[in-house]
Amino acid sequence: MDKVRDLASKKAAVIFTKSSCCMCYSIKTLFYELGASPAIHELDHDPSGRDMEWALRGLGCDPSVPAVFIGGRFVGSAKDVISLHVDGSLKQMLIDAKAIWF
Amino acid sequence: MGSRTVNIGIGNDKKAVTAMPSYVPSVPTSNPSLEHVVLMTYFSSTEANTIRSSRIPDLGTLEQSLGFRIEDAVDLTRNPLFNQIKSSTQAIADAQFGAINKTLASADNNLSAAIVGSQTLTLKKDTPPNLVSISAGRENWGDSNMADASPRTDISTDDTDEKNQRFERGQTNAIVASDSSDRSKDKTDQKTLRRLAQNREAARKSRLRKKAYVQQLESSRLKLTQLEQELQRARQQGIFISSSGDQSHSMSGNGALAFDVEYARWLEEHNRQINELRAAVNSHAGDTELRTIVDNVTAHFDDIFRLKGIAAKADVFHILSGMWKTPAERCFLWIGGFRSSELLKLLANQLEPLTEQQFMGFHNLQQSSQQAEDALSQGMEALQQSLAETLANGSPGPSGSSGNVANYMGQMAMAMGKLGTLEGFVRQADNLRQQTLQQMHRILTTRQSARALLAINDYFSRLRALSSLWLARPRE
Repeated sequence: MDKVRDLASKKAAVIFTKSSCCMCYSIKTLFYELGASPAIHELDHDPSGRDMEWALRGLGCDPSVPAVFIGGRFVGSAKDVISLHVDGSLKQMLIDAKAIWF
Repeated sequence: MGSRTVNIGIGNDKKAVTAMPSYVPSVPTSNPSLEHVVLMTYFSSTEANTIRSSRIPDLGTLEQSLGFRIEDAVDLTRNPLFNQIKSSTQAIADAQFGAINKTLASADNNLSAAIVGSQTLTLKKDTPPNLVSISAGRENWGDSNMADASPRTDISTDDTDEKNQRFERGQTNAIVASDSSDRSKDKTDQKTLRRLAQNREAARKSRLRKKAYVQQLESSRLKLTQLEQELQRARQQGIFISSSGDQSHSMSGNGALAFDVEYARWLEEHNRQINELRAAVNSHAGDTELRTIVDNVTAHFDDIFRLKGIAAKADVFHILSGMWKTPAERCFLWIGGFRSSELLKLLANQLEPLTEQQFMGFHNLQQSSQQAEDALSQGMEALQQSLAETLANGSPGPSGSSGNVANYMGQMAMAMGKLGTLEGFVRQADNLRQQTLQQMHRILTTRQSARALLAINDYFSRLRALSSLWLARPRE
């Protein structure tokens, strides 16, 4: 959990993924489309990946990846991100966190 | 009886003839019986195939109807009745069976006459003639099933007297009637008559059996199509054709079929609600009333997304296939449903007048849905690529080694995992569709929402009508 929090606060936009996860690929693509450059942490390539995954699940993230943090705060999984994007909230969050400027 | 070599006994000279290199038709000579024998052996030999197939119709069938084997008529000249038969049936022969006559005529005019001189005759012109059946076991003929046309390559004839008798039996009633009067062999004539009758009887029974069987087949076929139609109708009416009788359970149990039924019901209810909405809009109903109906329609949309989610869990490929939609709708299928961006594009011009804020909001919504669609599409592509790579990695080496088997199983396990993520994509695509509709209603006024829902329904109705037209189009 600490590692998750730690990594999440390091950059405006942080996404925890797995290299084999294609939904993670979709969310990453969406962020790039918006002009953000999120920090990507692949749990399957991290030694403490299992613990981190467990921590993410504890936050209510189901499936555990992709897990999105903006401005250090947990936003949610793919479903939450898409919903927030459709109603315009996602973009505003990124602007507020200075991940993007317009 | 087993197969026997050709053993033709003809009157005085018994000859064993196995095969003739070629058949040379010739006018009956002083010893025409030998000619007939030659004819029969020719037919039984393989070399006869070429002529056989081109000129001789299915003598097997011919035989059946005649009720006697053609070989029985081999030694015609030995039959004292021969000329009588010839005269009475020559006309028939010439008229009906030119093909037979052509081949047989020169050598055996009389034989053909005898053949045609029978009650009924069916002639198959297209099938390769089963002439070999000519030489079928003689003893079985009269009583056996006429449908038995197993080729047997042996001709066997016993003494000519018996042959004569069989030939006589093969005559018409008239001929037989005139036959029995002046002959000295009354006793044999009696046997002849009986045998003749038996043969005819057997042939008739065989024909009746065949007819009955064909009729049975026809009626079974009709019944089958009827049952199929009934089943189709029952499915459409929402009857669960399944082993589990409980309706609430069978939905999750039956996957594709259950969903199709649920969708049909949903569509019916949706159309009813839309009609209600249309009536309210046309009658200039108040905002509150409109709001209620619009909320109902929106809530009903949530229903189908929920149902799709359950169905995707049970059978994701059915949802992805779009088989639950009409063909024209399937044209525009995107991850198991419609494209939100297309829907918004459709509405863009129909919702005027829009305020500045509404216009911006609508534009942003169009952009967001487009971006989300792109992201999901790219994710699907990545999934496809990943799946292909997983399955394409074959390991070189001798097949059957334990390492290869382990590799294969690992490959499959990984591929299975990837397939499992498809459900997630369908879920997110539906989520996008749902969110888009909800955001749209947030941007628009009640009246605008009502018009939007009507416009969406009009569009999809036209697509469905197009599908019906397409399915009913005349085909060459």
